[in-house]
Amino acid sequence: MSTNELTLTPSQSPSLVNNKLSLSPSQALGAVRRPVNTNGWRAWLFTVDHKKIGIMYGVVAFTFFIVGGVEALLIRLQLALPDGRILSADKYNQMFTMHGTTMIFLFAMPTAAAFANYFLPLQIGARDVAFPRLNALSFWLFIAGGLILNASWFLGGAADGGWFMYAPNSGPVFSPSNGVDFWILGLQIAGIASLIGSINLIVTVLNMRAPGMTLMKMPVFTWMILVVQFLLVFSLPVITVALVLLMFQRSYGATFFDVSQGADPLLWQHLFWIFGHPEVYVLILPGFGIISEVLPTFSRKPLFGYPFVVFSGASIGLVGFGVWAHHMFASGLGPVSVAVFSMATMAIAIPTGVKIFNWILTMWGGKIWYSAAMKFAIGLVVLFTIGGLSGVTHAVAPSDTQQTDTYYIVAHFHYVLFGGMVFGLFSGFYYWWPKVFGKLLNEKLGSWNFWLMVIGMNLTFGPMHILGLQGQPRRMYIWTEARAGEGFFNFGFWNLVSSIGSFVLAVGVLFFIINVIKTSRNPERAPLDPWDARTLEWLTTSPPKVHNFDRVPVVHHLDEFFHRKYEEDEANHSMKSIAIGEDLIRAEEDAADADIHLPGPSYWPLLLAIGVAVLGLGVVYGTPIMVVGALVVLFASFGWVLEPSVPEAIDFDSPSHDGHTKEIAPLG
Amino acid sequence: MADIATHDIDHATDNATDHATGHGHHSSTGLSNNKLAMWLFLGSECLLFGGLISTYMLYRGRVQNGPHPSQIYDIPFTSVSSFVLLMSSLTMVLAVSSAQRKDDTKTNLWLLITALLGATFIGGQVYEFTAFYREGLGFTTSLFGSSFYSLTGFHGVHVSIGVIMLLSLMGIIKKGKITGDKAEVVELIGLYWHFVDIVWIIIFTLVYLIPS
Amino acid sequence: MTTVTETHEDAHEHGMSDAGYVKIAIILALITGLEVSTYYVDFGPLFMPSLIIMMVVKFVMVVSYFMHLKFDSKIFSFLFYVGLGLALFVYITALATFKFFIA
Ligand code: HEM
Ligand SMILES: [Cu+2]
Repeated sequence: MSTNELTLTPSQSPSLVNNKLSLSPSQALGAVRRPVNTNGWRAWLFTVDHKKIGIMYGVVAFTFFIVGGVEALLIRLQLALPDGRILSADKYNQMFTMHGTTMIFLFAMPTAAAFANYFLPLQIGARDVAFPRLNALSFWLFIAGGLILNASWFLGGAADGGWFMYAPNSGPVFSPSNGVDFWILGLQIAGIASLIGSINLIVTVLNMRAPGMTLMKMPVFTWMILVVQFLLVFSLPVITVALVLLMFQRSYGATFFDVSQGADPLLWQHLFWIFGHPEVYVLILPGFGIISEVLPTFSRKPLFGYPFVVFSGASIGLVGFGVWAHHMFASGLGPVSVAVFSMATMAIAIPTGVKIFNWILTMWGGKIWYSAAMKFAIGLVVLFTIGGLSGVTHAVAPSDTQQTDTYYIVAHFHYVLFGGMVFGLFSGFYYWWPKVFGKLLNEKLGSWNFWLMVIGMNLTFGPMHILGLQGQPRRMYIWTEARAGEGFFNFGFWNLVSSIGSFVLAVGVLFFIINVIKTSRNPERAPLDPWDARTLEWLTTSPPKVHNFDRVPVVHHLDEFFHRKYEEDEANHSMKSIAIGEDLIRAEEDAADADIHLPGPSYWPLLLAIGVAVLGLGVVYGTPIMVVGALVVLFASFGWVLEPSVPEAIDFDSPSHDGHTKEIAPLG
Repeated sequence: MADIATHDIDHATDNATDHATGHGHHSSTGLSNNKLAMWLFLGSECLLFGGLISTYMLYRGRVQNGPHPSQIYDIPFTSVSSFVLLMSSLTMVLAVSSAQRKDDTKTNLWLLITALLGATFIGGQVYEFTAFYREGLGFTTSLFGSSFYSLTGFHGVHVSIGVIMLLSLMGIIKKGKITGDKAEVVELIGLYWHFVDIVWIIIFTLVYLIPS
Repeated sequence: MTTVTETHEDAHEHGMSDAGYVKIAIILALITGLEVSTYYVDFGPLFMPSLIIMMVVKFVMVVSYFMHLKFDSKIFSFLFYVGLGLALFVYITALATFKFFIA
């Protein structure tokens, strides 16, 4: 990303400066008078550009992926052989808790946020999100949450109650260390970040679409992200309540989960899973969205049954709010509740199945190009289906009672999370890398990356089905030779296979990192339309200019970009090429809009996020710190509201030639 | 734009022509970004207060120590403060309508009255909490105590934030420093304020009037 | 949106006059009076249902008139009522599993 692009008059693309050298004086002055001179690191710290924010989300999330991965490897090392000595029981508890929490809240969700931030505005033909400053605020709050969560390692030990932190076990009596307090704070802040982000993206989709981009012409990725944001908006407040109750109990002596006072231990479970089940769709749907872009592109066919894919995604979202208690089958809910939730859960398999069939039929008869992105996409379809099938076995309550809290569960959710979500994200990395960085990732290394990950993933998580059915409990820090059993299904063999697999997996991920480094050293630029893609994000340069599109596209079709390149040949009903992507992009440059407003950078999102973090730490470290945090928050809020929405002529606006400028206020 | 209500989201094609001819909407729906965001936020807040109210409903009868709800609630007193909050919704909506008529003086006056009514409500809550505390209901006394104070306290914090926003808004309007469309800002804060009021409508009935 | 001013005139047209708002407020006040009266007068079996109905009526009136949902775009109503509906659904269901409604 060339960072000084921002200081050019937005309408002037670098490549065009030669043609149109004439900057008007006021434009040139405007650039100088900007409140923040955004060069170097400041260009990132104070940015409100959705693309920069997207890249930062991606980098930070991947770092957390490595942190969570190392935690996972330590877990597997501990369990590789009988009587493991790598971790104490206490450290082991912290390890799996932080592994789960990190992977879900600090890797999976932010990586999806990275893709959403970067590509959603591009896919709908917008120049930024609806609220650029709130977008930056979300990002910095997420950083604050992530740092607080992980700071606990160094400040008295991490949380150890499992990623769903059941109370009363997580109350002050059974979890006396500060770990859980940090966990609560970190999640609370990261939750606020996601909430703000989701509101922002929903408004973006509703309001910022290019002319002609009706809802049913939106790319499936955008649709799935939209569904995810609705899930977040309505599920995050529920975990907020749960976290607040637990915090009040731990820090201020409230009684919510104090069974001796008559508290109901199921209260936490309900609140957590009312959030938690929608959350699993929050994790998987972005992956579904990504491969719904990748499969058609590399099969050279339109997505089979677009409306079905969209509506099944939306209905998965809606029904996802009515199945939470399937996580509580073993808790003594009572037969009626169990029966109701069991049925609802099985019902949700239907729209999921619909999607899988649509993907398969998309590939059916297509001229498939087995690029790395495509391999990961196909990997998702296969591995997610396996995980989905073991999921249906949990929906059957009697069989679930046998599986609850065994490694069978661990196997299931890693097939859907790793095999499903992570493969989807990697597919996205390979597919969109040239768009973001202008360079193609190496396909050969990509192939190694893929095959090692597939093999590693099946070696790691496949045996866990057997271990679980054999009765190995989940969250068990040690197993002994004496109780390992005998014959083919003994613990010893399969635990070892699983641990070896986890290192194969790690090597697979390492290949990705090598690939990234190698690609960044490679001077060769990617073609502008390397995959012969279908959607609007490819109708601009790679990387896109700050203002995304030189001219806001007018949309007439689903897969607009494709339809600008191909036309139906009446004679033999095939598609014939009428233009090349590269030429189309150049044509856009030549017709660039004259005056484009973009949001100016701002200090306030970062400062506000710092204030919130300090405020939160006050819960652990005392009221004075809280007061300081509150003052910073107040100060930053006023700065935010009073910040001139138009730093000179730089403001966000969709292009209109009537000189009427919408101002960013007071939220944006 | 005569009929916004039917201006549905799929009418983006209208915009295509608007843009082409160079005048028209700046958003696909013709609606304001800020208002959409505010309504989404309020939709989300329903689940936040829903959780707190449900927790209270579940726990209100569970009293092992200290007073029982029926022993301490002072319905006449709470009725008065509920009424005060309800009427602040009227003054708020009058502020919004003055702002839409671009009448700054009246806007500021109604905003001030709204803030004062809100502050009165908060004063009443402080008094109520102190009285309850004296009668033996602490935050940690019982499940009832914890859930009562959490629910009403959360609501009180929302009202207080509202009061701060109202007062700041007045200051900003006076100084002429408002960024963006003034009437819309007043309307947004109004939406928040009314929401806080409807939450209290529910709390008043479910918590105070219906005995456990 | 550019047409902010337009919208407002618009909402106003379809919306209410200040006198209208006062009228709504009076009705709300009357209902509140009725609610409080249940504390003093015995409503018998009508007690619970009438309180709930009055609560809902007040809620809907504030949302529809003071918050303009009745006159504004349906999209706003959609966003808000989906949240409200989900809240009612999940929390009533959760309370039901605690056998809350079985006295
Ligand atoms: C690097 C590959 C991974 C390996 C080797 C791995 C391994 C494991 C193992 C062995 C456990 C069980 C610990 C126990 O119950 O004692 C576990 C738990 C878990 N993992 Fe992973 N995992 C990996 C990646 C992921 C990813 C990508 C996610 C999600 C995005 C994830 C989410 C979880 C969750 C939520 C738990 C449950 C934690 C708990 O019980 O509280 N894992 N993982
Ligand atoms: Cu679930």
